[in-house]
Amino acid sequence: MEYFTQQLINGLTLGSIYGLIAIGYTMVYGIIGMINFAHGDIFMVGAFMALIGLILVGVTAATPVLILFAALFVVLVGAMAFTSVWGWTVERIAYRPLRGSFRLAPLITAIGMSIVLQNFVQIVQGARVKPLPPIIKGGIPLMESAEGFTVQISNIQMIIIVVTVVLMAVFSLMISRTSLGRSQRACEQDARMAALLGVNVDRTISLTFVFGAALAAVAGMMFLLYYGVIDFFIGFNAGIKAFTAAVLGGIGSLPGAMLGGLLIGLIETFWSAYFSVEYKDVAAFSILAITLIFLPSGLLGRPEVEKV
Amino acid sequence: MAAATTSQPTADFRPEGAEIQDEERARAMAGEPPFSRGRPDRNPVVDSLRDAVIAAVVALALFAPLVGLQTTPLANGLGVLPRWGDVAVIVAVVFVGRLLLNIFVWKSSTPVTESIARFFNEDEVRPRDWAAIAIIAAILVAIFFGGGSLTFIPAGITSVGALVALLALIVFAVAIARKFVGPHMPDLPYGRILGALFILFALALPAITQIWFPQQSRYFLDQAIVILTYVMLGWGLNVVVGYAGLLDLGYVAFYAVGAYSFALLAYYFGLSFWICLPLAGVLAATWGLILGFPVLRLRGDYLALVTIAFGEIIRIVLINWSDFTGGPNGISNIPRPSFFGIAFERGEGGFADVFGLAFSPLHRIIWLYYIILVLALITGAVAAQLRRLPVGRAWEALREDEIACRSLGINTITTKLSAFAIGAMFAGFAGSFFATRQGFISPESFNATESFLILAVVVLGGLGSQLGVVIAVIFLNTVFELRELAEYRMLIVGMAMVLIMVWRPRGLISTRQPSAFLKERKAVSADNVGQGHG
Repeated sequence: MEYFTQQLINGLTLGSIYGLIAIGYTMVYGIIGMINFAHGDIFMVGAFMALIGLILVGVTAATPVLILFAALFVVLVGAMAFTSVWGWTVERIAYRPLRGSFRLAPLITAIGMSIVLQNFVQIVQGARVKPLPPIIKGGIPLMESAEGFTVQISNIQMIIIVVTVVLMAVFSLMISRTSLGRSQRACEQDARMAALLGVNVDRTISLTFVFGAALAAVAGMMFLLYYGVIDFFIGFNAGIKAFTAAVLGGIGSLPGAMLGGLLIGLIETFWSAYFSVEYKDVAAFSILAITLIFLPSGLLGRPEVEKV
Repeated sequence: MAAATTSQPTADFRPEGAEIQDEERARAMAGEPPFSRGRPDRNPVVDSLRDAVIAAVVALALFAPLVGLQTTPLANGLGVLPRWGDVAVIVAVVFVGRLLLNIFVWKSSTPVTESIARFFNEDEVRPRDWAAIAIIAAILVAIFFGGGSLTFIPAGITSVGALVALLALIVFAVAIARKFVGPHMPDLPYGRILGALFILFALALPAITQIWFPQQSRYFLDQAIVILTYVMLGWGLNVVVGYAGLLDLGYVAFYAVGAYSFALLAYYFGLSFWICLPLAGVLAATWGLILGFPVLRLRGDYLALVTIAFGEIIRIVLINWSDFTGGPNGISNIPRPSFFGIAFERGEGGFADVFGLAFSPLHRIIWLYYIILVLALITGAVAAQLRRLPVGRAWEALREDEIACRSLGINTITTKLSAFAIGAMFAGFAGSFFATRQGFISPESFNATESFLILAVVVLGGLGSQLGVVIAVIFLNTVFELRELAEYRMLIVGMAMVLIMVWRPRGLISTRQPSAFLKERKAVSADNVGQGHG
């Protein structure tokens, strides 16, 4: 029971990170109907931005709490800003010129962009893993079993879950209340009609990529703080799993992306805990295949209608 | 076909209604002021400058953290190493490049690209067109000599410049040749002539290397074997991606199945290469059917993700199932192929002994070379023939419009499955050849990067073009062999994929000759291929 609770907490934390990345996939898919394969690597770029920022401000676990939080906030905002520029540029260079091209073209450039980002970061930042000493330590013990196994939720886990929940709330409000969110939903339904009614479709699509990248940067920073080690290749696996999450939740649906993220995080964690660590990626990838085959519209998605 | 340097490669064959589609597209894509194509009421130079400044600012934001601050391990944890010089160079290059492009192409009333097109297409050549060509040549020379000052790009940039210049030269030469030969012999089958030349050259290669480069013979043959292996894989994947339009990102899985089938059959049952070769193909095709059956009803982009997942699953299983596959250590001592039962060994009964030659390790290399040459040629011939058969025509129809296919009574599932299985079979053959050539295989040879590389070959060459695949493989192999570029290999591959898709979405050799046609042959341009949800 205690072991289970601990795994539940770990799974929720991991799931929050996947959920944040999955939002980027689901939004882009909703608006232009393509899989932004490079999104996982945008997440990786975000993690690197956060790493550089954290080294620059030079916080350690010994920094007083208030200063530490202020510094983390500044780094987070900076990482979001710089990563968004990457998201915007990727769309501008690789996807916008291909609107109206044949079906596979944007997917191929997305794969190309993914390769470019991975190798660019490998060249300019080095291929070795980047370890970061833990900055946020400690935690709250929740319960203890008879054998002395303590269930605890660490501070960083709490921060990740809280940040994710807050961002999700802000983001959902933005989509449902602001004019930006309205134009986004309008473009999602019918881009041409939206353009006729005065919505700037190009800008809306660009902003979608910007927000997706910003959320991926948050996920990247949380990943960095949680695991304390990143390299240029983390985007590949995280990207596929987050995409799985988006599909599982129903692609195009924001709550779906979050739900899918949590489910994937939980499945992966419990699989590692109770079956085998070696095959945890197989579990996640199999879920992708199974979902797409048997439940292509996901848990919360609308079934897609083919139009001629 | 229009000249190779036109921005609209298939302009001569535009179907009716394409203009309307174009206008619609241009209207839908009209961007914000900084990125619109210049308004008539604005001064183009000021506009260009403004745009270049914005691009430079964006470049600064992009590269300042990642390039400007390198994370390096110091004595007490990680530190950052500033490299502002590199950032300055990159930003300057972006600024100047964007400015030049704006002035001469994007915001100019007479874009350089159009001048070039005129140069190659029209009989009369104006002095200004010559000037445009000269400017482009000057820029190429500048790239060639101006690079090399960045600390994180040592000598690499000059090699890139040399390659780009070489490519541009080839394109120019072909275009000029067409300009002067074209009018006289309009129906000259350039592709076939070039293909035949390639095959003749390939057949004679061992002799050529022996006569002219006896010292580097081994090196050249090894390179040729690698090139042919990738050509074979590219042709196999072309059936899946190019003909049938199914984006298979897990192609390397079938390559792995082929390699491991042979290695394991040899290891457990002691079977020889020649028995295992067909078995490996059959097994890979079976795997293609098994994996393909459930996923082929998916939309194109979902299919891509699922195949990538399958590729990874197979690799992870190969790594972790140590008892059977040897795990991450792989399998070694895989038997080498024999010459009709005669092994390539030193001493009694070996190849050299039987034929009364002095022993040389080169014999085996030459034999391997001819094996892969024959395998690749078979793949190419079968693929080319299949394309003309009903199943090939069904593949192409499926690629263009799945819904139309279904309404015309084509069984999409079996059609897709056949493409998938045939592609997998070729990968299986190539895999078992890879195993026998290396003598050692491990799961690391079959990662996703390898899949992307094979896909890049197909994409760069032109989806569906056989000759294009050969040219792309030779180009990429050259890039991969330049030692200064070792680090930048995949970066160049990725950039090339993006550039080619943006510039010429159908690849270097991009006309698609329909295999079935009514009355006259027409090239299919990208314009009338609808964006179906296949």
